[in-house]
Amino acid sequence: MLEIKDLHAGIDGNEILKGINLTINKGEIHAIMGPNGSGKSTLAKVLAGHPSYEVTKGEVLFEGKNLLELAPDERAREGIFMAFQYPIEVPGVSNAQFLRLAYNEKRKHLGEEELDPLEFKDLLKERAKVVEMDASFMSRSVNEGFSGGEKKRNEILQMAVLEPKLAVLDETDSGLDIDALRIVAGGVNQLHTSENAVILVTHYQRLLDYIVPQFVHVLAHGRIVKEGGKELALELEAKGYDWLKTAAADAGVVGVQAS
Amino acid sequence: MVTEIATKQNSYRAAFDAWHARVHDHGPSWLRQLRENAFGRFEELGFPSVKDEEWKYTNVAAIASADFLPDVSMEVPVSGVDARLARFGSPETAASQLIFVNGKLRKDLSSVASLPSEVVAIELSQAIADERHAEIVRSNLARHADYVANGFTALNTGFISEGAFIHIPRGVTVDQPIQVAFINEGDFRAASFPRVLVVAEENSSAMLVESYSSTGDSAYFTNAVIEIVLKEGARLEHYKVQRESQSAFHIATTQADLGPNSSYDSTTITFGAQLSRHDYGVTMDHEGVECWVDGLYLITAGQHTDTHSSIDHRKPHCTSHQLYKGILDGKSRAVFNGKVFVRHDAQKTDAMQTNKNLLLSNEARVDTKPQLEILADDVKCAHGAAVGQIDEDELFYLATRGIHPDLARNLLTYGFAEEVIGKIKVESIRAELDEAVLNRLNAKLEA
Repeated sequence: MLEIKDLHAGIDGNEILKGINLTINKGEIHAIMGPNGSGKSTLAKVLAGHPSYEVTKGEVLFEGKNLLELAPDERAREGIFMAFQYPIEVPGVSNAQFLRLAYNEKRKHLGEEELDPLEFKDLLKERAKVVEMDASFMSRSVNEGFSGGEKKRNEILQMAVLEPKLAVLDETDSGLDIDALRIVAGGVNQLHTSENAVILVTHYQRLLDYIVPQFVHVLAHGRIVKEGGKELALELEAKGYDWLKTAAADAGVVGVQAS
Repeated sequence: MVTEIATKQNSYRAAFDAWHARVHDHGPSWLRQLRENAFGRFEELGFPSVKDEEWKYTNVAAIASADFLPDVSMEVPVSGVDARLARFGSPETAASQLIFVNGKLRKDLSSVASLPSEVVAIELSQAIADERHAEIVRSNLARHADYVANGFTALNTGFISEGAFIHIPRGVTVDQPIQVAFINEGDFRAASFPRVLVVAEENSSAMLVESYSSTGDSAYFTNAVIEIVLKEGARLEHYKVQRESQSAFHIATTQADLGPNSSYDSTTITFGAQLSRHDYGVTMDHEGVECWVDGLYLITAGQHTDTHSSIDHRKPHCTSHQLYKGILDGKSRAVFNGKVFVRHDAQKTDAMQTNKNLLLSNEARVDTKPQLEILADDVKCAHGAAVGQIDEDELFYLATRGIHPDLARNLLTYGFAEEVIGKIKVESIRAELDEAVLNRLNAKLEA
């Protein structure tokens, strides 16, 4: 589904990703872990097409198409979704309005009939169950005045409505208490099928107790320095990230310094 | 130019004299005297010039040099159903509205049948002629909106004829909104002088819609003055909706004098007119008042709008909120000048003022000047102004949901406007304004 080959990217002339290689097949859940500043959020933003980041080398294929040639909205309509670490507030636009617009944009792209407000309301009511959100959230402005947990649930609601092929969840667990984490993770698990894929970008192992990945990739200084199964996350939890620096140095990653 | 403008003032004088001679038998002597004094003051002041600091950015030479004909001089039909007029007014105010067409109350389009019987909503000269209301009108009319300092207020006061008088008696809560609508009809170059006096007695509560519109797109001149008096504990929600023709001139003065522990919540929507100016005065000369003075202007190529507001805290423990937002497209220009005075006695004042502008075009221009003048020392005051474009982070967020940047821009602009329009509790008016915003944005985003 997604093939990342020797991806180099940065912001304002500073290279952050220094050669990422990653293949993701449908039905899979991948976790991308790493210390702060390792480049994991940058990878998520580059996949979504954030205009501030520049790709300097490498390629990304999504279902065989060159993803890097597509504008962010085109990527989304092709089936890529990013859940934001800090979801943006959109004052004056109701959640229902926003979601219907996004949903219909996708339907149009697929050559399907658009849903009118009433039809969409039924669909929204159904999908909202995935993250246990009640109707009052639908008439409120997008994310405005939402608590941290509500914002993250709202991200997963958007995912439930848009049904992406590939969902990239950027630090979705940050700032969540245990109840909200359980709801958010439960939502992702309900939405994950053998036909789609999920990338979890996270600093902590905690999320992976709830959403269990088949693959764990550890990023340091812009490169994947270790890969393994779900047990790798537990190892990181026990040992922290420091021991990876030696591993990274052994792997010949430049710029790694022993602390 | 000076000679030319003087001639135009003379033409108002000729119209004034002819009209005043005609109406001499109507109306009490105090009213005739008031008109004489005010018109005389207009002649002294003339139309303001850009040399006047308060009018620096708004040039009214086009009004001063135009040959508008005061509508008091015109014979206009006072009945007869014009299909184009039927769409004015609102379902919610069908039996609580006064509709004026070219300055004359249209009884066939107006009804106040649904209002509580003790509430008065009648034509101004009728109120003056009625001994039950005459005294309250006499003691308030032109006592709040100062015609000595402002030439346009003086001109309006000189031509006070038909207008609206709204009186909410003590303790009465009016559930349905009351609308006063001023409509321009026809192609002639009329000068209209809408005048409204609202007196809300102790602990009363009401909602007022003040609207201006036109059946066509002719160039006419509206010079409106509205005076609002709230007594102790009174509550008023006031919506002003200015949707004059795109060729019209709209100059308005609103003066609200707020009594102890009263609450005044206003929302001003400015979409119309090639040139509009709103002088908004809110005076809190009593303790415990809370007011909101919010607005939205949405203008496009060829439009100029100017809001000058003065929120005056004279006594302790008053709270004022002001949020004015602007959306400018094409070669348009907006002026916001918001003064907040906190006088020496006004301790424990809480005043918040914000002006935010969204520029959709490189040719649009805003001059914004929020001003705080604080003489008390124990107060909480904040003010700010912003002029900018659509936020890139918001655009990216919408893009990651598959929304095309053009549509995303429209959605964000709509949301920007909605923060103010959403305050309006009269459903049909809010929906109409939403639609107008979407039409301007050329977008379809219905909920």
